[in-house]
Amino acid sequence: MTAAKLFRHETILAILTVIAMIVLASLSDKFFTVDNLLNQGRLMAEVGLISLAMTFVIVTGGIDLSVGSILGLTAILLGVFWKNLGLPLPAAIVLAMACGTFAGWVNGLIITRFNVPPLIATLATLALYRGLAEGISEARSVRGYPEWFFFFGQGEVLGVPFQLWVLGFATLVAAVILGLTPFGRATYAIGANEVAARFSGIRVNATKLWIYTAAGFCSALAAVIFVSRVTTTRSDMGTGLELDAITAVVLGGTSIFGGRGTIIGTALGLILIQALKNGLALSGVKGDGTIVVIGLVLIGAILVGALFDKNRGG
Amino acid sequence: MSGAAVSPGRTNLHRFLSGYGQEIVVLLSIVALFVVVGAINPRFLSDTNINSIFAGNAYIAIAAIGMSMIIMAGHIDVSVGALIGVIATIAGTLAVKGYPIWIAWSLPILFAVVVNAGVGTLVAYTRIPSIVVTLGMLSILKGGLISATAGEWITNMPAEFMIAQMRPFGIPSAVWFMVALTIIASLFLRYTDFGRSIYAVGGNMEAARAAGINPERTVIGVFALHGLFAGVAGILFATQLQVIQSTVPPNLELTVITASVIGGVSILGGTGTVIGSTLAAILFACIGSALIFLNVSAYWLRAVLGLMILATVLADMARRRSDK
Repeated sequence: MTAAKLFRHETILAILTVIAMIVLASLSDKFFTVDNLLNQGRLMAEVGLISLAMTFVIVTGGIDLSVGSILGLTAILLGVFWKNLGLPLPAAIVLAMACGTFAGWVNGLIITRFNVPPLIATLATLALYRGLAEGISEARSVRGYPEWFFFFGQGEVLGVPFQLWVLGFATLVAAVILGLTPFGRATYAIGANEVAARFSGIRVNATKLWIYTAAGFCSALAAVIFVSRVTTTRSDMGTGLELDAITAVVLGGTSIFGGRGTIIGTALGLILIQALKNGLALSGVKGDGTIVVIGLVLIGAILVGALFDKNRGG
Repeated sequence: MSGAAVSPGRTNLHRFLSGYGQEIVVLLSIVALFVVVGAINPRFLSDTNINSIFAGNAYIAIAAIGMSMIIMAGHIDVSVGALIGVIATIAGTLAVKGYPIWIAWSLPILFAVVVNAGVGTLVAYTRIPSIVVTLGMLSILKGGLISATAGEWITNMPAEFMIAQMRPFGIPSAVWFMVALTIIASLFLRYTDFGRSIYAVGGNMEAARAAGINPERTVIGVFALHGLFAGVAGILFATQLQVIQSTVPPNLELTVITASVIGGVSILGGTGTVIGSTLAAILFACIGSALIFLNVSAYWLRAVLGLMILATVLADMARRRSDK
């Protein structure tokens, strides 16, 4: 596959995004305002961070369904460490994020060490982590965080929401790692042909373990931003987030079979989905109607991808 | 197999145990649970509780039969919970609007079969992984359901519509359905060409094709059948209470998948029985109920479920490795 072909999907996606923006702007005059766009960026950060890690996961040919549950578990632990155990809030944040990262590492361990298919492994941990969050919290929410904590989710730096800076920085880092480093090339190689990658001396298991751990870390980071944004912790936080992240990644041109995909594509996929959600809501479609559109977009995008693949004679 | 050299009697027993090992473990767990929890809190064994364990969860067992076939064929369906919610809502709406009862029962089931046959067609011919198609389907069904009903509950359904509450020969009809469908599905899987082709496709798709099976048609058929079971489950779910909440029952797909996996259906496809999945669905219901009777917070139920899936899957992987 040549670079030209790789860029084609992103180009089409970029054009599609621009068209969607123009259409949505003409449907509602509130859509194309600086305030609205920055606010949408704020809402995009949590799923965005997770989508970056998910891109790596899917490029290796895997999947991680447990990211939403890790987010929920981290959020609950953050509240419990701070409120119930009386830890200082910064320590609680670090500790909770460590736990979320550990949860991702456990996923990686189950997948690499015991050869459990990622779909099943993370389906099990999806239940396990969410169950732990429910069990630990017993449906009680934690509120009353100090004012400074709300900076992560509500603050602004140079007029741009704080988490948008985080997302931008993380996107840059992810793009460099996937596109320009040996680690990134190992990621593609594993997805293209795991056995071949193994025989060419790539440390397949170590690479995968890092990637699933990173997915845990990104989910944990998203959890802190989420809690700070909505000022409360609940055990059902992040439910269904895995679907949003997978949709963004796949829409961005990453092959669900692995071996192909870019961070730029994922970023464009994210923007398109968020624009659709927001634009449809502004033009009067109710919140749940937009889920239908996202489901259709997901299936449609993969269908088109599969048809292209067939035409290529693959 | 290690027991090959011993006497024929042992060998048969061994074969039986290795063929139905998982089912026996699940069955023994159910018995043990009843004995232990019943000894600690005798109210666990009361008629009302046993009734609610079996009748109240029969729809999960029935959905798990279809799910088991899907997993045996090497696929998965994460949209089944949403589908059951949609079916229940359609059925309830039809019944309240005064359509003949048989239409209120059969039309939603037909809908489920058609929808899932569509999903199966996508999966079979475009080679898109079933997880992706059904994830998309999940959000379409869920979003569609909430948009269409605006979350309004359905009440005042006619009494003759409430099939799950009927008790032929003193036993709730939901239990009759569960037992009958489990037996029919077992016989179907074991003795019909189509049933056996499901195992073949799940075991090795190309080998199945070489053996003259049309894998695409088998996959579509399995999804349609799964729709049929989900449809029946949806009708029972709709009629077991006096109200339909018009939402997607939370985590239902997870419970259904877990029942199949714990019942001995290998996640890698190709093996398993529906007797196992029905037993596992009952086991869950028992565990859920036991937690309450043992004064353990019900909030831990999902964590227990997750641990059980993980343990079963790891055991499955270990067994496969030792079989090689």
